[in-house]
Amino acid sequence: MPELRDLYQELIIDHGRRPRNYGALADANHRAEGFNPLCGDRITLFVKTREGVIEDVRFEGTGCAISTASASLMSEALKGRTEAEARALFDGFHALVTGEGAAQETPLGKLEVLAGVAEFPARVKCATLAWHTLLAALKDQSAPVSTEQDDPERADAAGTGRASDG
Amino acid sequence: MRDDPKERAALGRTANAIAAANAIAPADAIARRRADFPILARTVNDRPLVYLDNGATSQKPQCVIDSETHYYAHLNANVHRGVHRLSQEATDAYEAARDTARNFLNAAQREEIVFVRGTTEAINLVANSFGARFRAGDEILITGMEHHSNIVPWQLACERSGAVLKVAPVDDSGELDGAAFESLLSPRTRIVGLTHVSNALGTINPVRELIALAHSCGVPVLLDGAQAVPHLAIDVQALDCDFYAFSGHKLYGPTGTGVLYGRRALLEAMPPWQGGGDMIRQVSFARTTYNDLPYKFEAGTPNIAGAIALAEAMRYVQGVGFDAIAAHEGALLRDATERARAFPGLRLIGTAREKAAILSFVLADVHAHDVGSILDHEGVAVRTGHHCAMPLMERFGVAATVRASFALYNTHEDVAALFAALEKVREVFGDA
Repeated sequence: MPELRDLYQELIIDHGRRPRNYGALADANHRAEGFNPLCGDRITLFVKTREGVIEDVRFEGTGCAISTASASLMSEALKGRTEAEARALFDGFHALVTGEGAAQETPLGKLEVLAGVAEFPARVKCATLAWHTLLAALKDQSAPVSTEQDDPERADAAGTGRASDG
Repeated sequence: MRDDPKERAALGRTANAIAAANAIAPADAIARRRADFPILARTVNDRPLVYLDNGATSQKPQCVIDSETHYYAHLNANVHRGVHRLSQEATDAYEAARDTARNFLNAAQREEIVFVRGTTEAINLVANSFGARFRAGDEILITGMEHHSNIVPWQLACERSGAVLKVAPVDDSGELDGAAFESLLSPRTRIVGLTHVSNALGTINPVRELIALAHSCGVPVLLDGAQAVPHLAIDVQALDCDFYAFSGHKLYGPTGTGVLYGRRALLEAMPPWQGGGDMIRQVSFARTTYNDLPYKFEAGTPNIAGAIALAEAMRYVQGVGFDAIAAHEGALLRDATERARAFPGLRLIGTAREKAAILSFVLADVHAHDVGSILDHEGVAVRTGHHCAMPLMERFGVAATVRASFALYNTHEDVAALFAALEKVREVFGDA
């Protein structure tokens, strides 16, 4: 039986309660909205890039501890990365929380605290909402991202053909 | 009206057996009742299942499971078509199920009972067929506590016809604002769509009074009984409602089954909704004449086994008796409400004076989905989310709630297990 502490580690509770980089970003040049209709989680993500490098990320919204912590940790992990690195990070993170794929080429650092999600399949959508929204933001996709799309990753320019989170 | 002696005998047998069980000590009666539901013996995460998601769907007693199996093992044939023996027996069983449903709702005539896939289909049938006469400027009145099944079909009817949807508000306790409801009834109102019991709040609406009010303005009323039929004895004649819709699967019956009751005069005046087999009398390429009620609204091969098993579920519930159900579920709700009021940081959503055994709440600082995951880990199944009632969630300023909904087989131990699991939430998340 998966342990609750694997899912709700201290770092997750902490980021869920006190999300980092929370709030609007006035000079963002990318922005997207994400929505999980099953639970009502919403996120608006602001990304500021310069010459292909992510300089700043902030987000607003409401959600459970898993989705908020995931957005918070993601916002920390993205700063200073190129857009290509951000997409690689998405792939690594997706593999981590779905339990698919072997060792990651991209070190995930603190994001690995969300590895426990793989034991709770119902929560994968919570953990990946911010990340799908990130891909939409980088693509400047205007329509909100829904976790209930057939393939939320269809906005993914990398087009890696992963199955949806459902 | 058909009065099948076999049907009466079957009802008598089930009722007698359950009455005998109820006559013994109450705790033993509940234990025996639980033994009727095989799934309650299973474990979840190595813990005994505590099933408190009955508002979403209830578990099935062995007699209902056996009924489905028996149909496919012994009776399976299409209805109303064959001259062969099996077809006749299947038809008899299916039509006997209609008589059981008529009895269950105390409808005046069996022709007023239409078998459908569930509440959603029943409401869509009325919105499409009765709604075919809606015109621009007409009004449809619903309430702020409807679930999506009693909102969206009316919105679609509005889009088709140019009618306008009016919504009567809900107060802070989760009760309907009766004065506002009355003021929204107008000479333009064509129908009222009203939930009997709110799925997200548990509120039992004073439907008799509301129906009388609507009728005084000449407005027919559809009651959404999805959450009412497992808890309350329904008498459509006493209620004087015009339509009553419910699902079988919340009433201990199979999924994909349900009943639409409709007042005969209204059903007769309504055009068919879906076309196909069984709903016609004669078809030529020039013109088709339609079958009599209720077959006019039952196009295609129905869920025959499901309807027969649903009738078995109705007999089971009638056997337990709605007085016994109300007393037992009422005690569970009082127990749960008392514990909820004493639980730190818990806010009840829905505190109407008249409530079915549904406890909806939020925990300060902990999202409903986090609560749901931890409860599931402890073997406690509850619903978390917006309960397909997003406008209502907005009314109460929450994105989602945790909902524990009780059934006739739940126990005070289940209530205790729910609150023990909620303690676990506090352990994981801290007291905050």
